[in-house]
Amino acid sequence: MARALINVPAKAKRGDVIEIKTLISHPMEPGYRPDSSGVVMPRDIINLFVCSYNGEEIFRADLFAAVAANPFIAFSTVATESGKLEFKWTGDNGFSAVETATITVE
Amino acid sequence: MSNALHATRRRFLVDSAGLIAGIGLVSVAAIEPARATPAMMDAAIKKVVGGAALRKGKVKLDLAPLIENGNTVPLAVSVESPMSAEDYVKAIHVFNEKNPQPNVVSVHIGPRAGKASISTRIRLADTQRVIAIAEMSDGTFWSDEAEVVVTLAACLEGI
Amino acid sequence: MNGWRRLFSSPITIIALLGAVLITAFAVAAEIPLSERKSGYDFMGRETRAMQDDDTTNPGMLWVLDGEALWSRKAGTADKSCADCHGDATTSMKGVAARYPAFSPARGRPINLEQRINICRTDQQKATPLAFESKDLLALAAYVGRQSHGMPVEIAADERTKPFLDAGRDMFTQRQGQLNLSCAQCHDDNWGGKLAGAPIPQGHATGYPLYRLEWQSLGSLQRRLRNCLFGMRAETYALGAPEYVDLELYLAWRARGMPVETPAVRP
Repeated sequence: MARALINVPAKAKRGDVIEIKTLISHPMEPGYRPDSSGVVMPRDIINLFVCSYNGEEIFRADLFAAVAANPFIAFSTVATESGKLEFKWTGDNGFSAVETATITVE
Repeated sequence: MSNALHATRRRFLVDSAGLIAGIGLVSVAAIEPARATPAMMDAAIKKVVGGAALRKGKVKLDLAPLIENGNTVPLAVSVESPMSAEDYVKAIHVFNEKNPQPNVVSVHIGPRAGKASISTRIRLADTQRVIAIAEMSDGTFWSDEAEVVVTLAACLEGI
Repeated sequence: MNGWRRLFSSPITIIALLGAVLITAFAVAAEIPLSERKSGYDFMGRETRAMQDDDTTNPGMLWVLDGEALWSRKAGTADKSCADCHGDATTSMKGVAARYPAFSPARGRPINLEQRINICRTDQQKATPLAFESKDLLALAAYVGRQSHGMPVEIAADERTKPFLDAGRDMFTQRQGQLNLSCAQCHDDNWGGKLAGAPIPQGHATGYPLYRLEWQSLGSLQRRLRNCLFGMRAETYALGAPEYVDLELYLAWRARGMPVETPAVRP
């Protein structure tokens, strides 16, 4: 089941600054909301998002409960070489998701 | 469902615009979670900035002044910086004043970013101030802040 | 600030405000002229519109992607997937959602898209029907709905659907609930005004299922209708009730010609 939407340009010129957009399905339950019977639902959030480019970390974000559900994160990086971008989200209750994208840099 | 439960839920939805803060439940099972205060936000900022001065400038915090729904608020931060090996933005930290917790997101970048510009979507429980702080490679801290008004969905729902 | 908000949200004040609005704007409930119709999109802020416009940032697309995966998944004792009968959805489902709710001869009445999907599940796939508002049913409805994106809403208004269209229109125009309000009083007569700080849209359901910021999730038109009825302090029907489908049919007729926006984003 598709859980994340990644948007990376397929091709770029060496040295270009490219935009990366990521969207992942996750409730980001903050731990303060009561359910319909009045019981507070426990916290269940993604707390870390890391992007690596051919194995080297290029972006890291610590997320807190104030990040909206289905977290959207957009950032940029310099297109240095062709290869693989890896996106990893980790969070409460052992949550872990990994997505990859390839880029051709000429 | 009793009328009391309806009223309680309505009250809850009214008082916490973002449906997050859980403030002011007027029922028997009332829970009042800690709400961030400006002092808590200052403390959280101090943890990151330490004793350094927080300078105004270089940072641009983009938030609509009037928010339709506090559950999903688009936020963008950009920082003027050459992002070279000698002079770059190390991190961008976002804080808020009135959610239960003061931290929103902390982003760590470097020269490989090309430009210091991020966007995301956050939750805001109430009309409040939001502050974005950029941590530079030379150890200085720069900031921008915005005051946003958070409105609520018209037909309060509960289902 | 707190006191002000409490005052404006108390039922007494809302009734008083509505009373004032209705007295000053008193008119026989009249349909909005076709040329004056606006989508809920036009009442949203710039940022929310941007969220809908960009497929890479529209949270509803997460469900469309799920639906795409489900389309090819085999199910039921017949061990068939949607694709086994319908092939590539981008061609076979093009324009389908735009003509729903549609009359079902087998059922003798109009049914909505979610019901149609469940009929396929039970009759063709020999699988259990998907629960209303379940992730899978929403995903399939979003995926099929997406294939009509940009196309004009066009339901059949003929002798077969007429009684149900009339029932839907009656429900839209009749006063109900503790506030003695009709849908028409807000959405035909007072669209563009404000209710508790939020703009009143015209109520055209052209983007469902949609991502509602209030829900932090994708949801169906029936979920929204239940929310409206609850907000009017009227009796809500169970999900799947024929009253909702009649109303969905009337809303689709009311929005005829307007482009499908599925999956839309709304506050």
